[in-house]
Amino acid sequence: MLQVTNLVKNFSQPDGGSLKVLDIPNLSIEEGEQLALIGQSGGGKTTLLHLIAGLLTPDEGSIRINGTNLTRLSEQGRDRFRAGTIGYVFQTFNLLPAFTALENVRLGMTFGSGKAEGDRARDLLSRVGLAERANYRPSQLSVGQQQRVAIARSLAGSPRVLLADEPTANVDPVSAENVLNLICDTCREEKVAMLMVTHDLQIASRFQRVEKLSDLNQVGSSTNDS
Amino acid sequence: MTLIQIAWRNFCHRSLSSILTTLSLSLGVGLVVLVLSIYGVINEAFTRNASVGYNLVVGPKGSPLQLTLNSVFYLSQPIENLPYTEYMEFLPEAERQAIVSRFGGDSELGKRGGRYAPFIGDGFVIPLALGDYFGEFRVVGTTPLFFEKLRHGPTLEQKFTFSEGRAFLDFSEQHSYFEAVVGSRVAKEMNVGIGDEFFPTHGDPTGHGHDLGFTIVGIMDPTGTPNDRAAFVNLEGFYLMDGHAKPLEDETSQSNEELADIKSSEDVGERLAQRDDYRLLSIPAREVTSILIRTGDIMFAPGLQNTINEGIRSQAAAPVGEINKLMALIVGPLKNAILIITLITCFVAAVGILVAIYNSMNDRKRDIAVMRALGARRVTVTTIIIYESLLVAVIGALVGWILAHAAVSAYSGQIEDQTGVQVGFFTTSGNEIWILPLVILLALIAALLPAWSAYRTDVGSNLSA
Ligand SMILES: Nc1ncnc2c1ncn2[C@@H]1O[C@H](COP(=O)(O)OP(=O)(O)OP(=O)(O)O)[C@@H](O)[C@H]1O
Ligand SMILES: [Mg+2]
Repeated sequence: MLQVTNLVKNFSQPDGGSLKVLDIPNLSIEEGEQLALIGQSGGGKTTLLHLIAGLLTPDEGSIRINGTNLTRLSEQGRDRFRAGTIGYVFQTFNLLPAFTALENVRLGMTFGSGKAEGDRARDLLSRVGLAERANYRPSQLSVGQQQRVAIARSLAGSPRVLLADEPTANVDPVSAENVLNLICDTCREEKVAMLMVTHDLQIASRFQRVEKLSDLNQVGSSTNDS
Repeated sequence: MTLIQIAWRNFCHRSLSSILTTLSLSLGVGLVVLVLSIYGVINEAFTRNASVGYNLVVGPKGSPLQLTLNSVFYLSQPIENLPYTEYMEFLPEAERQAIVSRFGGDSELGKRGGRYAPFIGDGFVIPLALGDYFGEFRVVGTTPLFFEKLRHGPTLEQKFTFSEGRAFLDFSEQHSYFEAVVGSRVAKEMNVGIGDEFFPTHGDPTGHGHDLGFTIVGIMDPTGTPNDRAAFVNLEGFYLMDGHAKPLEDETSQSNEELADIKSSEDVGERLAQRDDYRLLSIPAREVTSILIRTGDIMFAPGLQNTINEGIRSQAAAPVGEINKLMALIVGPLKNAILIITLITCFVAAVGILVAIYNSMNDRKRDIAVMRALGARRVTVTTIIIYESLLVAVIGALVGWILAHAAVSAYSGQIEDQTGVQVGFFTTSGNEIWILPLVILLALIAALLPAWSAYRTDVGSNLSA
């Protein structure tokens, strides 16, 4: 389903040099599999998600999703691919303030292939328990509610892979629990492969499969050890 | 959601800034539309008035524009006068004979047809005598033919009609030669009605008054022509007024003396009683300021104009041509100058759009990155920004157009009173169709910089912020 091979990502540094952030020989996720990725701050977790989402391009290696080699696609191709295949939940939700909850969810399918199935946005909103808040703006929602809207939005485009970047970091423990259950349950129902970044070990322990970035990443092991 | 809906949401989200930029644009557009409308009204007023059913104006040699202005528009000072015989040159033998026998003069004049008469055919020739005022309004001495022959209105088919009364007669039992008809505005502003008598003043509005009064027998319906602001008096009565006879040194001075006798009479009552006995001026004592002419066959007009202009005494001007020249020479460039100023206003408004959207780009870098993460392409987020600018443009243009036309139609009453041009909310001038494309073009140009900034927005660095 998702296959990462010999992935290398360098960033140019303020001093002009370049810093190798990621060097991952191998990482694969099966269809419908749920994986927790833990790692230190600055370890490159977000960078990895951006690479998988096609928001960044790797310097070496390949990322295959459903047989498509992301690194071979043009930027436009990656945009289109992302719209149809990838859902993304951000640590900071990133809801658009000008739009209502429902519209934010709809935005999740606006840029895709255009197969806006009836009331999927409304269904998703009620699935995250916010049917009554459909016409609220993000500023009128609690933090937990905002994150639930963001989850609904990430699933709106019927993705095959859901990338979640510390989705529980900004919500209280009870909400975190709800958010987590919500993501896991929905992904299971829709057979969506899910990669969740977290540094909360408690949350990671809920996953069948947990990977440490430092184990996957050759950069992490070498630099951290020295 | 469609991209337009997304752009609209962004527009609403920054409502204050959106409304202000839209408003400034609509003011610019409104001014442009207003200038075009006003120019349209002026243009129509002049052209319409220049064609009051005659095709030539004949007067003494001089500026054809001035002749047109004072004979057609009753503006500017009359240049000089033409001898009555010049008027008679437009008449056939029979009419000339009748004139000679009625007024007296060289009998030879009645023994041939007028030099220009063949051009006239079944057209008409109407003499005008100008120079007096009723209040601030021009007094026009003319014949009843004026009301009989002239037409007005968009298709030049309407006869002059009277809201009260009738056209004056050449002679009436009741008022002798002293009947008058006033235009609608004259009646309104001088507050006069049927039966009122007025005393024209000489030379200019503050000149000394004549002692002979004219009785108003008709008030014209508004025509939207300069005739609304003129008082028409019987030419024969006009001639009888003090100082209107051409001083004569030759043998005909006798009749003039007789006339002077009547005028020097102190007893007005007695004079009124003997009105019927007024002695009309003889031909040599008569003068006309100008002559309105319509050739029976319009094809003859240029020929007649040339023939007249080749002569030494008089000139013939085509009012429509003169007015077109005036518009092209003065009003047109003036319009263009004002138009350029208002277009600059639009340009400034467009810069306002640019600044408003560009300033908001910092806030929306994250929004753009989020949309990109949701699968939006660079082109898509760029398009949204352009749509936003277009929304401002279209709404601004529409509001501006509506404001300008609302203003025009709010004053349509006054405009019609003053110019006779009827304007409604949906009266558009030809050039208005260019406004929307122009504003859209401006908006597109204004959107370029923000759009480029949206296009370049980096996703990764703006997501985590
Ligand atoms: N655009 C960039 N340019 C240069 N360096 C970058 C850029 N983005 C990330 N980095 C560097 O890459 C490294 C990994 O960053 P990343 O955001 O992936 O870490 P992370 O594991 O997500 O950390 P956290 O848990 O704090 O979110 C950091 O050292 C960061 O400084
Ligand atoms: Mg991170």
